[in-house]
Amino acid sequence: MTTEPERYELAQGPAYRFELDRRDFFQLLGAGLVVVLTLPAQESGRGGRRGSGAAPKEIAAWLHVGEDGLVTVYTGKAEVGQNTRTALTQAVAEELRLPVASVRLVMADTDLTPFDMGTFGSMSTPQMAPQLRRAAAAARELLLDRAAGRHGADRASLKLESLPIGQLTKGQKLTRTIDAAVPISPPAGRSTHKVDGLAFVTGKHKYTPDLKLPGMLHGAVLRPPAFGASLVSLEPQTLPGVTVVRDGPFAGVAASTPEEAARALQSLRPEWKSAAQPKGQDLFRILKDQASDGRPAHTAGSIPDGLAASDRKLVQTYTVAYIAHAPLEPRAALAEWKDDRLTVWTGTQRPFGVRGDLAQAFGIPESRVRVIVPDTGAGYGGKPTAEASLEAARLARASGRPVKVVWTREEEFTWAYFRPAGVIEVSSGVTQGGLLQAWDFHNYNSGASAIRTLYDVPNQRIVFHPAPSPLKQGSYRGLAATANHFARETHMDELAHLLKIDPLEFRLKNLKDPRLRAVLEAVAAKAGRGWGIAGGFEKGSYVATAAGIDIHPRTGAVKVTRVVAAFECGAVVNPDHLKNQIEGAIVQGLGGALFEAVDFDGGRILNPRFSRYRVPRFSDAPEIEVLLLDRRDLPSAGAGETPIVAIAPAVGNAIFHATGHRLRSLPMVPAGLKS
Amino acid sequence: MPATLHVNGIRHTIDTPGRSLLTILREDLDLTGAKYGCGEGQCGACTVLVDGRPTRSCQTTAGAVAGKQITTIEGLEENGRPHPVQQAFLEVDALQCGYCTSGMILGAVALLRKTPQPSRADIVRAMEGHICRCGVYPRIVAAIQRAKVSS
Ligand code: FES
Ligand code: FES
Repeated sequence: MTTEPERYELAQGPAYRFELDRRDFFQLLGAGLVVVLTLPAQESGRGGRRGSGAAPKEIAAWLHVGEDGLVTVYTGKAEVGQNTRTALTQAVAEELRLPVASVRLVMADTDLTPFDMGTFGSMSTPQMAPQLRRAAAAARELLLDRAAGRHGADRASLKLESLPIGQLTKGQKLTRTIDAAVPISPPAGRSTHKVDGLAFVTGKHKYTPDLKLPGMLHGAVLRPPAFGASLVSLEPQTLPGVTVVRDGPFAGVAASTPEEAARALQSLRPEWKSAAQPKGQDLFRILKDQASDGRPAHTAGSIPDGLAASDRKLVQTYTVAYIAHAPLEPRAALAEWKDDRLTVWTGTQRPFGVRGDLAQAFGIPESRVRVIVPDTGAGYGGKPTAEASLEAARLARASGRPVKVVWTREEEFTWAYFRPAGVIEVSSGVTQGGLLQAWDFHNYNSGASAIRTLYDVPNQRIVFHPAPSPLKQGSYRGLAATANHFARETHMDELAHLLKIDPLEFRLKNLKDPRLRAVLEAVAAKAGRGWGIAGGFEKGSYVATAAGIDIHPRTGAVKVTRVVAAFECGAVVNPDHLKNQIEGAIVQGLGGALFEAVDFDGGRILNPRFSRYRVPRFSDAPEIEVLLLDRRDLPSAGAGETPIVAIAPAVGNAIFHATGHRLRSLPMVPAGLKS
Repeated sequence: MPATLHVNGIRHTIDTPGRSLLTILREDLDLTGAKYGCGEGQCGACTVLVDGRPTRSCQTTAGAVAGKQITTIEGLEENGRPHPVQQAFLEVDALQCGYCTSGMILGAVALLRKTPQPSRADIVRAMEGHICRCGVYPRIVAAIQRAKVSS
């Protein structure tokens, strides 16, 4: 619904050509069958708008059936904890009518997999799954044709599962190129366990920080004492066994153990020039005062007319703090230069983008850079960037050895980036009968995602105002949808209270959208007395959340005890993994709702560690009931993000109903409820 | 003075007992199942068992656990079969990115040895020092409760 491009959905990299040609497939994969799916360039996400003069067709996916009967699928998507590997494996296995175990996925390796823009924006399921299904469907038909021809059997009675599919293509090099027209089946909607779960529960899976190469050194990077400080000089120093690199603003070391690297870093004598940095307490004033006028995301009717037609008016301001993604696996990269080729293993959501950044930084063609993404210890929208890759590659080049850089928790909290802070002003008007007349909504800095309202209001003005952010900011699970929903759904509750109408009834009175109504009604039926409720829409899926809370009589600590979430994202692919994502989003969302905030002052982060930055723990997790509204008649939308958007307003509304305190700032109760 | 470590039933002689157990495990013994998550005892990703007790290996020097029995996630399988807690984590899908999982499983194993029938409150108390940033807590609780039945 957002018409404005989301400015914090991180920029795409430049257009790339894909170099692998037909012969290479078989060299790489061995004989058998290769199905290549091509799509018009726009659909594959690297369209002509970059003016690259690209061919009209681009490779979107390919699939190989080996002589051993194993099916290998290649996709540029990365697994960052959202179980995309499982969802995509499942899609291919379903289409082939084969067990999940006979399909293997090669993901996010820029030498092996087709170009992909990146794993964000909840697009893996809606876009990649159908593409892989097409390749799988074509492979299935081709194999069945061959089996029928060979055995003279009745084709309709053949099942791939009981055929020696490796034999069908043995010794041959078959390629089939298909386009989007291949018919596919809808997802079966079955739950499958994480496909390679065993490797994780046994500790065998290697994340980037776990990788090792012969002769590898450990790198560490010199960080400025504060944001904006620049390196004036660095006394040259020779430390035995340590490579010290200074290259413009970059300085770092590489040594044979992590401790030695840390010690070497300590012994450097840098001189810094600091630059004035904003005070933390001025944050919201800065965002508001320095924001641009922005461009309306939506207008309808006239706000003055709407206010004139209203019996009651309400003007309120809401704020959201910066928060950190804090994935448990910090940013890390292992880099190796060999014969002028650079290979980097790193946890990123954007392997091809990182390849482009590396090529550009070192002035080499992309064909000489390979980026490989081991399944990663999560990102939540925070790992599209190449920082650790660039650092490791720079140190590796200087030392002539492979170098691994693993950020410390403090670095991760300081030198990554944050979910944007923001100020949101809402003024509204409503008739005594409870019909919205005017909706004037201004978001300063936090972003335009889900900024429009689905409620029916004849007079609307909805504007996103970009502002210069005091801290580095970027995409975060759900982007600004959390902030915009917090303001909107809190404000709706305030209006209902003003009119003494039940909050659900007030919402439904002003809402025609049947899908949002459906989720709201579904949770309302399950919500207990005095619970808070909120609903919303983003990226093709609908969510409503109801929360019940407990307030500690002495400390004022707020505990969310029960949550019911109704979620509708079209046809459900894997119900259990979808529930897992929704539960996780709710728990993570509780952090930002209740207590997470990045404290900063004068260019320093004041709470860059888990002992100072509180994240949700076991005791914070409520009992969660998830209601999936499975719409088999609709295409599947992404689901990793939207479930996070309604938890904060639901909790805030619950706090209001319990105490009469209306909380309009996220986090709402960093130090408990003070009376 | 070198120290002797017994890790997953194997003896190792360590020349640098002052280094953290986490570093020794990961760098010297190539046991990377224990993870670095914070380095300050706050997240539990580096948890191993020392004589059956859950221990934050980032806060422990190798020398301090010399001679004791250390179990890492790699040593939990019995006869090539997953431990009941590992099995329960798989069955309940008690993981998303899995980075917290080894620490969680070892914490759970220690809890179940001491308290074979833990209540929900027991689990929350014992596991509060483990962070799962993916927010899989409800499923981890369910997995531990399922494992208690089967172990
Ligand atoms: S790394 Fe040891 S507790 Fe976090
Ligand atoms: S599963 Fe990702 S941190 Fe627990």
